[in-house]
Amino acid sequence: MSRLFFVVLAALSLTAPGARAAVDIQEVISPGGITAWLVEEHQIPFVALEIRFKGGASLDAPGKRGAINLMTGLIEEGAGDLDARGFAQAQESLAARFEFDVYDDALSVSARFLTENRDASVALLKSALNAPRFDQDAVDRVRGQVLSIIRSDEKDPNEIARRAFNARTYGDHPYASSSNGTLESVGGLTRDDILAAHQAVLTKDKLFVGVVGDITAEELGALLDDLLGGLPETGAAIPDRAEISFDGGVEVVPFQTPQSVAIFGHAGISRDDPDFFPAFVLNTILGAGGFDSRLMTEVREKRGLTYGVNSYLASRDLADLVVGQVASANDRIAEAIDVIKAEWARIAAEGVTQDELEVAQTFLTGQYPLRFDGNARIAGILVGMQTGDLPIDYIATRNDKVWAVTLEDVRRVAARLLDPEMLTFVVVGAPEGLEATN
Amino acid sequence: MRRIFFSFIGLVIALPALAVPVTDYRLDNGMQVVVIEDHRAPVVVHMVWYKAGAADEPPGKSGIAHYLEHLMFKGTDTLAPGEFSSTVAANGGTDNAFTSQDYTGYFQRVASDRLELMMQMEADRMRNLRLSEDLILAERDVVIEERNQRVENDPGALFSEQRRAALFLNHPYGIPIIGWMHEASALTLQDALDFYEKFYAPNNAILVVAGDVEPEEVLELAQKHYGPLAPTPGLGARQRPQEPPHLAERRLIFEDPRASEPYVVRTYLAPERDPGAQEEAAALALLADVLGGNSATSVLGQKLVFGAGEAIYASAFYQGLSYDDGSFGVFIVPKPGVSLQEAETALDNAIAEFMEEGIDDAQFERIKQQIRASRIYAEDSTQSLARRYGAALTSGLTLEDIEAWPDILQATTKEQVMAAAARIFDRNKAVTGWLRKPSVEVTQ
Repeated sequence: MSRLFFVVLAALSLTAPGARAAVDIQEVISPGGITAWLVEEHQIPFVALEIRFKGGASLDAPGKRGAINLMTGLIEEGAGDLDARGFAQAQESLAARFEFDVYDDALSVSARFLTENRDASVALLKSALNAPRFDQDAVDRVRGQVLSIIRSDEKDPNEIARRAFNARTYGDHPYASSSNGTLESVGGLTRDDILAAHQAVLTKDKLFVGVVGDITAEELGALLDDLLGGLPETGAAIPDRAEISFDGGVEVVPFQTPQSVAIFGHAGISRDDPDFFPAFVLNTILGAGGFDSRLMTEVREKRGLTYGVNSYLASRDLADLVVGQVASANDRIAEAIDVIKAEWARIAAEGVTQDELEVAQTFLTGQYPLRFDGNARIAGILVGMQTGDLPIDYIATRNDKVWAVTLEDVRRVAARLLDPEMLTFVVVGAPEGLEATN
Repeated sequence: MRRIFFSFIGLVIALPALAVPVTDYRLDNGMQVVVIEDHRAPVVVHMVWYKAGAADEPPGKSGIAHYLEHLMFKGTDTLAPGEFSSTVAANGGTDNAFTSQDYTGYFQRVASDRLELMMQMEADRMRNLRLSEDLILAERDVVIEERNQRVENDPGALFSEQRRAALFLNHPYGIPIIGWMHEASALTLQDALDFYEKFYAPNNAILVVAGDVEPEEVLELAQKHYGPLAPTPGLGARQRPQEPPHLAERRLIFEDPRASEPYVVRTYLAPERDPGAQEEAAALALLADVLGGNSATSVLGQKLVFGAGEAIYASAFYQGLSYDDGSFGVFIVPKPGVSLQEAETALDNAIAEFMEEGIDDAQFERIKQQIRASRIYAEDSTQSLARRYGAALTSGLTLEDIEAWPDILQATTKEQVMAAAARIFDRNKAVTGWLRKPSVEVTQ
C-alpha cells in the first residue's frame, strides 16, 4: 500500500459571464504529513512552487527588529558546502529561479525549476532552507545593503508616510515599525540573532504550500518530505492581534518636495466577518474599481487633482484596516483631502446605487477568472487561499458570494464600516492651506 | 540578496522566442496582425500598438504622445468620456495603456469571447476620437501630477532625465517621455489632434492578440473591424534627427537634499538591435550579463561588492530594444565612507581588469543556459509575451528577428563580446553622472 495519501477533490469550474476558468486543485498530503495544494499543468516543462511561513517579520524577537528581514536576504547567500558565490553558480547552472521575501504576515519562497533539473533544483533549495550558512562576510555585506535601503526609505515621501501612519496606528505591535528594522537595530544584529530568526520562522507549524506545473501528486508527495521534512516542528509564537487607534486627525510630516503624499485610513473588517463580501463590493465602488471608482472619478477625472487615488481593505492576519493613498501637488493636496472626506461621508450616509452595485459585481466576477493565467500566479493564489483559511472549493463559490450582495447589504455595511469622523490622514510634504492637527 | 532598489536596472536578456505558435497577417490597409496562441485559460489580451512615441513628437511639444494616450479614454462619436474603460470593466475585463519613446500601446485583458467587442471599440477610437476643451484641461492636470509623482518627487528620476539629456546630443531620446514640465503644462487640444490624426492609423498600427484564440478567427474579426479604417496617406519612414559623432566626454553632478544614497552612473551611446543585424546587440546584452547580472557571480559584483569591495551595489545594463541607438551603462553605489571619486575609480579599474582578464568560460556557459531556460519560463505569461512582441515590432524589428534572437545570443562567442566591449567603452561617447546630497545643507 502506498504511503502517499492524496485526495482529488473536484474539478472546480468557475462560471462567470464571459469567462470560465477550470482550476483542478488537488490536496496532496505527503507520507510525512506535509500538506500542499496542487494544480497539475503539464503543458510547459517547469514547476512553480510557492511556500509561505506564516508570521513573517512579525516574529522578530524584542530588540532585534530587522533580524528576520536580514535573515531572509541571507538564505540564498550560501548553504551547505556552497558559499554565496557557489550557491549562485549552482542556481544559474540549473536555471532555477528562487526568490525569498518577507513581510509582516509571512515569509515567502517562490521557486521555479525546469522539469529536466527538478531533483537537483530541489536539493539546492533544500540546502538553502535547511542549512543556510550565514557566513559572517555575507551577513556584513547584506547588512550593508539593508542599511542602504533603510537610509533611502528615510528620504522617500511614500515610505515616510507609511512609517508615520503605521507608528500612530499600531501602538507597540510589530506592525507599527518597518520590518527592515532601524539603522541601530540592524547595526547591532549578530550571526546568532540571524540563526535564531531562522529557527523562529521556518517551521512546519507555520508552513503552507502551493504548487502548479509539470509534476504529479505522487512526485510532489516525495518532494515535500525531501524539501521540508527536516524543518523544526515549531518556532516563535505568532503575536497577539494589534490594538489599533485612529482620531480623525491630519498629521503633517514636513518634507521639502513638490508633491505631497497622503495615507489615510481607519478600522476595517476581517475576512471572516459575514459582512466581508458586502464590504469588498462597497470598497470596489468607493476606491478600488479602477478608473470608475468614486474616488478616481471625483479626485482625478473631474478635478485633475491626482494621478492616482485608491482605497483598499487591508484585512491582515492581526489587524483589519481600510486604507487609501493619494498624491497631489503641495498647493492642491488640501482640496484632494476635502474631496476624499466628502466622498467618505457621502457613501457612508447614502450607500450606493443599484447601477453601481451591478457594475461592481460584473467587474469583480468577470475579472476573477483572469487571475488564473500562469503557473506562478496560480501557485500564489493557492497558498493565499490556505493562509486565509479558505476552503479548497472556494474558487467555485467565490463569485456567488459577490453576486449575493444586495443593495441593502452595502448600505448597512457602509454605515457600519466607513466613519468620516475617524478617517485619519498622514501627509508628507509641504502642503499649503491644510490644517494639521499634530 | 538581490533586492533591487534602483529603477534603471532592467532585465538584460529579454524577448526569447517561443515554442508557442505565432501567426502574422497584414490587412489591405497596412495594419499588421500578430496572433500568439495560448489555450491554457479562456483569456485573451488584445493590444493595439502605434509606431509613434515620444521620439516622434514635433519640437517644443514634449509629452504630447503620452498626453494623447490619456485623452484616448475621453470619448469618440459613439462612446462617452470614460465609457471605454467602463465597458471593459462591465465585461469583466481590465484595460490600460502605455507610452515609450518608440511606441504607444493600448490593451485590454478579457474573457476570450469578448474579443470582438474590444476590437470594435479600439477600431472606433483609432479614427473617431472626439475631445472637448474642459475635459482635456483636467486631464492635463492629471498628467502634471503624474510627472510630479514619477519624476519631481524622485531625485533619482530627475538625475536620470539630466543624464539622458546630456547623452543624446541631437536625438529626441534625450527628451523625457512624459515631457519637460514647461512644455507638458502648455500642451493644447490642437497639439493632441495633430499628433493623433497623423499617427493613429491602420498603416501605422500593429494588432497583437494573445491567448485562447484561433488565428483565422482573429483575422476575420480584424478584417471586419480594422479593415474598413482609412490609412494616413504619405506617412513615410520614421525619421528622427540622428546623433552626430560624439567627440567629448560629458560629466555632470546632480545634487538634491532628498538624495539618500550617492552613486555614480555612466551611460554610453550604444547600437540597438537592428533588423537583420542583431549580432552587436547580442554581444552587448551578454556583456551586460557578464558584468552585471547576479552580483554573486558577475564581474562587477565580484570585484566591487564582494570581499573588500568598495560598493554596496554595482551592476551593468543595456537598453538595446529601441528604434534608434540606445545606451549601455554601468553604475556603482559606494559603501559609506567611500567617496564618489573613489567609487568611480574603482569602477574604472574593475572594467580595465576585465578587459585584460576576459570572460570566464563557466560563467559564459551558465548565462547561455539561463537564456535557454528563459524561453520556457516566458511561456507562462501570455500578457508579457504579447508585450514583448509588440515592443520589438514597433522598434523596427520583424518577427524573423524576434525568432532569431535566442539563436544569435547562443551563437555569440566570448571573443565577440570582448570586441563589443572594446568598442563600447569609449569615454567620448559617454555621460558620467554623480548623484549626491549638497555638500552644505540648505536651510530656510
